[in-house]
Amino acid sequence: MSHLGTIDNPLRVAIVGSGPSGFYATEALFKSGHTVHIDMFERLPVPFGLVRSGVAPDHPKLKQPMQLYDKIGQTPNFNFLGNVTVGRDLTVEQLRKTYHAVIFTCGAETDRKLGVPGENLLGSYTATEFVGWYNGHPDYRDRDFDLSSEIVAIIGQGNVAADVCRILSKTVNELKQTDIAEHALDALARSRVREIHVIGRRGPAQAKFTNRELRELGELEDCDPIIDPAELDLNPQSIVELEDKNNPVSAKNVETFKSWGTRGAPTKSKRCHFHFFRSPTALKGAGRLEKIVLEKNRLDGDPFNQSARGTGEALEMDCGLLFRSIGYRGLPLAGLPFDDKKGVFPNRDGRIINGNDVLPGLYCSGWIKRGPSGIIGTNRADSVETVQSLLQDLANFESQAKPGAEALYPLLKARNVRVISYADWRKIDAAEIERGKAKDKPREKFTKISEMLAVL
Amino acid sequence: MTTVVTDNCEKCRFTDCVTVCPVGCFHADGNMLYIDPEVCIDCSACVPVCPVHAIFEGDDIPDDKKHWIQINAERAPNLPVIEDKEDPLPTAEEKKAALGY
Repeated sequence: MSHLGTIDNPLRVAIVGSGPSGFYATEALFKSGHTVHIDMFERLPVPFGLVRSGVAPDHPKLKQPMQLYDKIGQTPNFNFLGNVTVGRDLTVEQLRKTYHAVIFTCGAETDRKLGVPGENLLGSYTATEFVGWYNGHPDYRDRDFDLSSEIVAIIGQGNVAADVCRILSKTVNELKQTDIAEHALDALARSRVREIHVIGRRGPAQAKFTNRELRELGELEDCDPIIDPAELDLNPQSIVELEDKNNPVSAKNVETFKSWGTRGAPTKSKRCHFHFFRSPTALKGAGRLEKIVLEKNRLDGDPFNQSARGTGEALEMDCGLLFRSIGYRGLPLAGLPFDDKKGVFPNRDGRIINGNDVLPGLYCSGWIKRGPSGIIGTNRADSVETVQSLLQDLANFESQAKPGAEALYPLLKARNVRVISYADWRKIDAAEIERGKAKDKPREKFTKISEMLAVL
Repeated sequence: MTTVVTDNCEKCRFTDCVTVCPVGCFHADGNMLYIDPEVCIDCSACVPVCPVHAIFEGDDIPDDKKHWIQINAERAPNLPVIEDKEDPLPTAEEKKAALGY
């Protein structure tokens, strides 16, 4: 028998999920020096995960990693199986038998909940839904956000909250030449949103925005940032945090907030208000969201470990639309263990574990491995770590040849699954770019799976 | 907007930055790293991971380090790309301590 990882007996790896973690795992495997064949599975007909459907349309530069993924996608030993849902069309067990190793890079597909009464009222949504909607993700394109409300609350103070805030406050002019989905641009053109409240449970020194994303909110064409300077008074523990040389982002964020606090009267037609030390305790309304009840918090704990504690002091705020942006969560997958507390697959350096036992041949990377933190590039280091674990285990793999996708196509055909190849995706890609040309947009995305398949 | 490596990297080359670069825009000589501004997407993933805070972006580049914009742009394209972590230079820990990190 030929040695595993050679031309006669290539290492066959399945990667489940086609976002950044999946492509960086592919890149690391191709650079390993072994002969590796990759089959990448994606539930949508289109690849690239959150780089396509998460990164905001007005941040085109952050989508440039797609060019690198596209190069990897056109490598001979790379094979794309789009429109295939693992867990429905194929089982984890089928993949395990068909490949030497499987790497799950399926991300964190749902949101954390606030866990307060009224959370499911009409008018209360997740940031994920809104982001997916304006980015043309097929799962969310039919969401009907009522933008006739003048007052919107965003719960959470990270970069996703900043994205939602920016898209709600930008003018059509600022968005129309981006790859924002057409239905979203139409709806935003009719938006009556005027007051956006961005609410954090802790203080300005603990806000999770990166400073560039925060500063952007002060540079919008038709929206002023508003902040009450009194809320920028810091407790001694927060001052310690800001003085730490290894925490420059928080120090810069507080500087940015301070500069807004002394800006003078707002002159633009929309306003983005920043609130700190407040947690929602209830959402109220007759049939749909009308008011949000907030409890005032104080900080408790040592520097870098301060948590928000309710003070019992409540205040109500009118609000017709709310987006919660307090973190993503992974979803379980049949056939794999799941850490329900963290919303990830339990793992050790990317090896999926059940209790203390390593499950041979099963790996994970990205948000489903470490939880929803970091940005695109963070996943590169993460996938390199997982691939290192996989390569260390190579000697333990069954050395017999594995069939890979060839064994799966008949099964998928029998299930009437129209498998999308990388060449198919390139046709969809070209058609989207063509559709965008007339409107001076980099692309006009297809937002229904049927539209994507109709191109082929 | 530009992201640049500055003099704190000299004699250090910890290379943590290259592991989180989503587009492979770092280049290296024997002394330090440089960013190719034509490839960099200004995502700032590298900024917080540098143990000696050598990387600055856009408005945060201090006035006395602005000349590094030109140095990065000139040197990076003529040097090999570095995408994987390497051992820091032997002088790295000493330099790091001298910088107060």
